Amino acid sequence: MPAGWRPSTRMRQHWPARSGPRGEGSLHGDGCAVSVIGGTRTSLVFSVSPRTTLQSQFLLGEGGKSKEAEIKRINKELANIRSKFKGDKALDGYSKKKYVCKLLFIFLLGHDIDFGHMEAVNLLSSNRYTEKQIGYLFISVLVNSNSELIRLINNAIKNDLASRNPTFMGLALHCIANVGSREMAEAFAGEIPKILVAGDTMDSVKQSAALCLLRLYRTSPDLVPMGDWTSRVVHLLNDQHLGVVTAATSLITTLAQKNPEEFKTSVSLAVSRLSRIVTSASTDLQDYTYYFVPAPWLSVKLLRLLQCYPPPDPAVRGRLTECLETILNKAQEPPKSKKVQHSNAKNAVLFETISLIIHHDSEPNLLVRACNQLGQFLQHRETNLRYLALESMCTLASSEFSHEAVKTHIETVINALKTERDVSVRQRAVDLLYAMCDRSNAQQIVAEMLSYLETADYSIREEIVLKVAILAEKYAVDYTWYVDTILNLIRIAGDYVSEEVWYRVIQIVINRDDVQGYAAKTVFEALQAPACHENLVKVGGYILGEFGNLIAGDPRSSPLIQFHLLHSKFHLCSVPTRALLLSTYIKFVNLFPEVKTTIQDVLRSDSQLKNADVELQQRAVEYLRLSTVASTDILATVLEEMPPFPERQSSILAKLKKKKGPDTATGLEEAKRERSAAVNGGPEPAPASAASTPSPSADLLGLGAAPPAPAGPPPSSGGLLVDVFSDSPSAVAPLAPGSEDNFARFVCKNNGVLFENQLLQIGLKSEFRQNLGRMFIFYGNKTSTQFLTFTPTLICSDDLQMNLSLQTKPVDPTVDGGAQVQQVVNIECVSDFTEAPILNIQFRYGGTFQNVSVKLPITLNKFFQPTEMASQDFFQRWKQLSNPQQEVQNIFKAKHPMDTEITKAKIIGFGSALLEEVDPNPANFVGAGIIHTKTTQIGCLLRLEPNLQAQMYRLTLRTSKETVSQRLCELLSEQF
Amino acid sequence: MQFMLLFSRQGKLRLQKWYVPLSDKEKKKITRELVQTVLARKPKMCSFLEWRDLKIVYKRYASLYFCCAIEDQDNELITLEIIHRYVELLDKYFGSVCELDIIFNFEKAYFILDEFLLGGEVQETSKKNVLKAIEQADLLQEVFFLCCLTKAIGCLGEVWEGS
Repeated sequence: MPAGWRPSTRMRQHWPARSGPRGEGSLHGDGCAVSVIGGTRTSLVFSVSPRTTLQSQFLLGEGGKSKEAEIKRINKELANIRSKFKGDKALDGYSKKKYVCKLLFIFLLGHDIDFGHMEAVNLLSSNRYTEKQIGYLFISVLVNSNSELIRLINNAIKNDLASRNPTFMGLALHCIANVGSREMAEAFAGEIPKILVAGDTMDSVKQSAALCLLRLYRTSPDLVPMGDWTSRVVHLLNDQHLGVVTAATSLITTLAQKNPEEFKTSVSLAVSRLSRIVTSASTDLQDYTYYFVPAPWLSVKLLRLLQCYPPPDPAVRGRLTECLETILNKAQEPPKSKKVQHSNAKNAVLFETISLIIHHDSEPNLLVRACNQLGQFLQHRETNLRYLALESMCTLASSEFSHEAVKTHIETVINALKTERDVSVRQRAVDLLYAMCDRSNAQQIVAEMLSYLETADYSIREEIVLKVAILAEKYAVDYTWYVDTILNLIRIAGDYVSEEVWYRVIQIVINRDDVQGYAAKTVFEALQAPACHENLVKVGGYILGEFGNLIAGDPRSSPLIQFHLLHSKFHLCSVPTRALLLSTYIKFVNLFPEVKTTIQDVLRSDSQLKNADVELQQRAVEYLRLSTVASTDILATVLEEMPPFPERQSSILAKLKKKKGPDTATGLEEAKRERSAAVNGGPEPAPASAASTPSPSADLLGLGAAPPAPAGPPPSSGGLLVDVFSDSPSAVAPLAPGSEDNFARFVCKNNGVLFENQLLQIGLKSEFRQNLGRMFIFYGNKTSTQFLTFTPTLICSDDLQMNLSLQTKPVDPTVDGGAQVQQVVNIECVSDFTEAPILNIQFRYGGTFQNVSVKLPITLNKFFQPTEMASQDFFQRWKQLSNPQQEVQNIFKAKHPMDTEITKAKIIGFGSALLEEVDPNPANFVGAGIIHTKTTQIGCLLRLEPNLQAQMYRLTLRTSKETVSQRLCELLSEQF
Repeated sequence: MQFMLLFSRQGKLRLQKWYVPLSDKEKKKITRELVQTVLARKPKMCSFLEWRDLKIVYKRYASLYFCCAIEDQDNELITLEIIHRYVELLDKYFGSVCELDIIFNFEKAYFILDEFLLGGEVQETSKKNVLKAIEQADLLQEVFFLCCLTKAIGCLGEVWEGS
């Protein structure tokens, strides 16, 4: 830095428009545009008093100008710049830079800029550093990835990368990292790893290259080839320059998440690096010590990297445990500084340590220590620490080792729920209570959540309602408690009780005899309230319609009183609720013959029979007619009590997950919770109520009839309540027996019958070309009865979804007896894959619910294109693929008779070309082909050597990708 | 880190850095929403909040809010210190930095940020090293200026000699 450098002069110097030598038409020269900016002169760090100068007072004084004035001023300036760019006179570099910089400034003020890109690109090839720098800045901020200028930009970047000038290289790398487009990845993803691992690259360039590569990998992982460089990158963890280690650790962490095998060696290096940092004195690391904490950023990153892997081998593990213990011990030492930066940095490392301990979930001692540490933070005066402690404890609660330790803090957490002033902290407390809940404390936690609900912020009410509903169901020992809890929920926060919640309570009441009388009594009492929530009317109407008879003996709740009570709410309710109540009335006609005439009078009234709403009118007409013409026996059959619902996973859980967003972490947490729930005594045993075959008319009560029932005589088909529940991802049936065998049969052929039982036949026809395919699935109903709510679903794991894209349309939900429906699946292979999608089919046949799962035979070899080649070519390529990872070999016993012709047919059916006269031994088979995926093409060579005496085969696969060799070998080995 | 925003108490955006590809429309929407949310929070509240599926970490320095969006598994406290280190860097470079420095020298603010954070990850945590890089760049500028000057003087000299 030049001596005597002063910030204020520099400010002018770098802002050409303000006082540049050719400042004519300057945007800021007259102070007007500055007034647009506002802004204050208060020092950000030492904010004691505002640093007011004459100048700033002038600037701020003008701040009241209108928005129109700002726009006018800016449009004028834009017009000026545009004319300069379009003018006959070629602009010199300096002016170009000035105007590009102005454009950027205007853009950053929030205005759209639609020109100047070309001028900015021109600046890139300037030899002047500042011009180049502004050019790059403009590109980084303003160029989006699909710009047609990208080729020109890439060219300039290429030149700078090749310049060997570290400053220019740095600028170019920063630009790639900032834009990070696919085109840039295509152009540079191969080049940057070389720069990164080259021996003569400067440290600062290495750092930029590492993070640049990281950005490209995030946007286009397929374009960053793994290779020899990876092992050298891992060794950057040993680099002397801590800045290089920091950048490299970020890169390795990201790469290791997708390619754990490739970066396995980083574990021990990271542990020893961490160990050196943890044990160093605070002065050892010089400028990398931050407020007396040695290299906090690097420590956090190393701990994060270790979370990509399971606990390491015993030797390394001992060392790591030592590190973690040291960090936990240090947390107990008195702080070395009172500054919040010191405690933040120290605790950042501590929290990351705890995350790692939770991730490993294997050292009870460490887990309990972590829990105690967090317990201390729960009462810390820093809000930030309380927040994080609550958050982190949530994950600890799911570990079997620390669940009990977490539970000891229940009072503190409940207290936090009541006293925290910040809603986001209270939200964390709710989450933690939910996570620590088990049968021992469920009543207390649910009660606390209910009482919090009365005053809770509107933004989090719905989530609390869902959580209470789930906990109440999951840990109910006594179902009367459950019914009370849900009714309380509706009373306190009726608006936030979603349909799933009240459907669920009805489902449970119907399935459990022991609670029905209590439920009827309770809803009857709750309905006495002068103003009750419509959701309560719905639950009350449904339950009294089914079980009103159980309390009718009491003169205080005689049939007539029940009816009048419900009917008093009728006129205040919405159409769907009224429709439900009408169904309740007709059920009453069956339950209580004595109120029949009263109800018929109601149904006959003009407000019902001539109701403007079609659904209500239809119900009134039909129910009235039914009550008049049907004999008691028929009424009793038609209006029989609802049969038990088939047991399903609560759809509330699905709703909660959906509310939390498509967040895999939450799903994981949920899965962990389930596991821990098993530890704490297991979920409530499912009520024994297999779906017995109900009478066909049981579905008469069309509930929640939002869509009008099809015109025609009752009963309207399809139990709507059931439909609603089947929307939730209900448990998928385990694979049908024989599914694996059938699956294997389809590896070498495309058409045939995939599955068959007494009810259903599934046939397949498929065709594949390059990386695309189309599969026709035929579902045949073998019975003479309709299948209802027929829903086939394709299920792919997350992994598979990324590599294989399947598109299909839903099929008609009814399949007539003897009919066949067809479903088309469009298939695209994005990258190579191992698993197969599952086809799950759910439908109702008669009264029973059917659930079938089969593996859908979409296998990697379907994207095979045969390649013919001569013997010489074959062996040359064979030799090229000689890395040990590229070859996979399998020796196995023949499962079928060893027939040459069949074998040949299978190899051709597998998709590869069968190469004759290539192998010197004519008994052997060799094949070649290319696997087409959207991202790459993978050449594959195979060789099958039969040994007739031993009835064995040896199969060797060589491809350029390890996973591909592996998968193809597995698939083909099953065929012989 | 997915993005970093600097905005004033009046809600004016002073600096924006995006580490994920988003359309301009989306960026504007996010900015509007976040500025509103953060400005509505009271001083004693905690510096973290959940927003969509991200975590927001923010801190106020005098009239400016520094606001980072990080992913679920990222560390909130260390992000808070990323913000602080950035402020320290600005402060050291400008000498008691204030909002106007960032407005008028926005390009410097960006260059310093690029040296410190790249692709949303910390590149160099040493204050010395970051500032050294920026100063070298400044020096480069001076050198070019001097070169031009000497060239100009050289020309003049020729003119003198020629006459």
